[in-house]
Amino acid sequence: MLYAIETKEITKHFDDITAVNKVSIFVKPGELFGLLGPNGAGKTTLIHMLSTMTEPSSGSAKVWGYDVALEPGSVRQNIGVVFQDTTLDDRLTGRENLDLHGRLYGLDGKTRKKRIEEVLSLVELADRADVLVKTYSGGMMRRLEIARGLMHHPHVLFLDEPTLGLDPQTRLHIWEYIKKLNKEEGVSIMLTTHYMEEADHLCNRIAIIDHGEIVALDTPESLKNMLGGDVITLELEKSDDISRLCEIYQKNGCANIVTEKMNEIFITVENGERQIPHILSLASTAGISIQAVSLRKPTLDDVFIHHTGRAIRDKEVSEIETVGYKIRSRRK
Amino acid sequence: MVSASVNRAAQTVYTMWLREMIRFSRSKSRIIGALATPLFFLIILGAGFSSSFQVRGGGAFNTSYLAPGLIGMAVLFTSLMGGVSIIWDREFGFLKEILIAPVSRFFVALGKAIGGVTTAMIQGVLIMIIAWLIGVHYVSIWGVLAAIVIMFISGIGFMGLGIALASIIDSHEGFQMVMSFLTMPLVLLSGAFFPISNLPAWLKALVYANPLTYGVEALRYCLLGSSTIPVLLSVFVLLIFSTAMIVIGGKLFGVMRV
Ligand SMILES: Nc1ncnc2c1ncn2[C@@H]1O[C@H](COP(=O)(O)OP(=O)(O)O)[C@@H](O)[C@H]1O
Ligand SMILES: [Mg+2]
Repeated sequence: MLYAIETKEITKHFDDITAVNKVSIFVKPGELFGLLGPNGAGKTTLIHMLSTMTEPSSGSAKVWGYDVALEPGSVRQNIGVVFQDTTLDDRLTGRENLDLHGRLYGLDGKTRKKRIEEVLSLVELADRADVLVKTYSGGMMRRLEIARGLMHHPHVLFLDEPTLGLDPQTRLHIWEYIKKLNKEEGVSIMLTTHYMEEADHLCNRIAIIDHGEIVALDTPESLKNMLGGDVITLELEKSDDISRLCEIYQKNGCANIVTEKMNEIFITVENGERQIPHILSLASTAGISIQAVSLRKPTLDDVFIHHTGRAIRDKEVSEIETVGYKIRSRRK
Repeated sequence: MVSASVNRAAQTVYTMWLREMIRFSRSKSRIIGALATPLFFLIILGAGFSSSFQVRGGGAFNTSYLAPGLIGMAVLFTSLMGGVSIIWDREFGFLKEILIAPVSRFFVALGKAIGGVTTAMIQGVLIMIIAWLIGVHYVSIWGVLAAIVIMFISGIGFMGLGIALASIIDSHEGFQMVMSFLTMPLVLLSGAFFPISNLPAWLKALVYANPLTYGVEALRYCLLGSSTIPVLLSVFVLLIFSTAMIVIGGKLFGVMRV
């Protein structure tokens, strides 16, 4: 077996939308692979197909060597899944959730006991294991779900938006656990996220997905280097001037890539410090006034903008949804 | 190979049963609520009617007559609600955890059904004990044991019905509506609260088409020693109903989308 996950032109249609369109990905064993894309890009649908929750409309996929359509049972035995929305039983304690999971995966009593302690200590939940999940915070629930996904020693772990809706500090903690279990348990991981820092910080390789299609796939470094050395951001006084200025820069060939957003222009160049005077003088010659200039290294956000023409900025919706979900489940 | 898969199936059923038991033991209010209704019926209806009614064809319409009906009603409510709880599992996500596991959905449904029926039987037995404490006389210990078996068989049937409904209905609002349109007629048209020996033809047809009627009649025979419908016929109908329902429930649950 060469790959932990391999998909061949896997596709999913829902009525008139194509949620995932001819995606071919190869993930090596032990890799921490990220799917980065905005809300509605098709990340969850792809995870659902790979974890046998949804059948592909066309194309095929193998997980740990087993075909998701032909051998779903073997796939299930070899994967752990942490879904985007919580799937814990909040009327049970953390330990009971883990124990039931172990039973469903055929672990015997002794193995279960030992493994529960291991996974609890991995996510540092041992001291809260015997209280009802109802009383857990969002971060604790996430950690418990990660622990549960690992109970049966899966070879491949799917994490769908593992830090969605969590505060920044909790997010950092979860990142540590994810890195740790990738190293210590040697498990191959595919995670989805729409936080570029998350993908950047955690993943060996990243596939940028938009409208169901992979638009770029590489290591975070290569993705960013592809844009050239630096990103210069120009903030204009009037947004009407933007397209005129972009044209000027493109004509003068001083910039590799010019993209625009609101009243800002992003230019990626080599040796940014030396280019700034030239870029500014072109603007003033054209009579366009510039309010602010900044220089920085490219981020994955720039990579995303470069490939799709848009920023990943529609995260508010999904976070409100998650919070709504939590409140609902508390009320029950 | 075969024994391994039998083992796995048993493990699945047991796991789902265990979960229901843990949840049941934590929901004191649910237990009290489920006992309160039949208790009111037993005391108030029993006291109000026992003096004045005389059932045609023998036997007083009194607390004793009501007891099997109330047990049947409790088994019906608890079992149906047990099936419904699949809708809650879906709303709150836990269903995905079960469906992603490498186990057969049929045995998952069966385990859930047996778990729900166990809680129904516990409540049925509690009502039986309360009725006995306030003076209802049962014919024999064997009759009482047979009544528990009857509770199990009819409970499985209603549980299967609940699972089937939960599998095809999308929202819990829709389910609530179906439930109220289903439980009330089932209870009212069952002979839980009135003798079924001398009914007008239209009512008789409805009562005899109702599976709960056979459950209540069988309980009445086991606990009190006599019933309008012959007990063997009741048991036969119940067995067919339960088998059909658990197969249909298991099938529909098997193709259910999350
Ligand atoms: N069960 C479904 N029925 C119809 N459309 C769906 C369904 N699930 C997802 N979609 C649609 O498919 C697209 C991709 O959704 P999803 O995979 O959830 O994206 P992401 O996880 O990247 O936010 C969206 O347009 C969404 O509305
Ligand atoms: Mg998603």
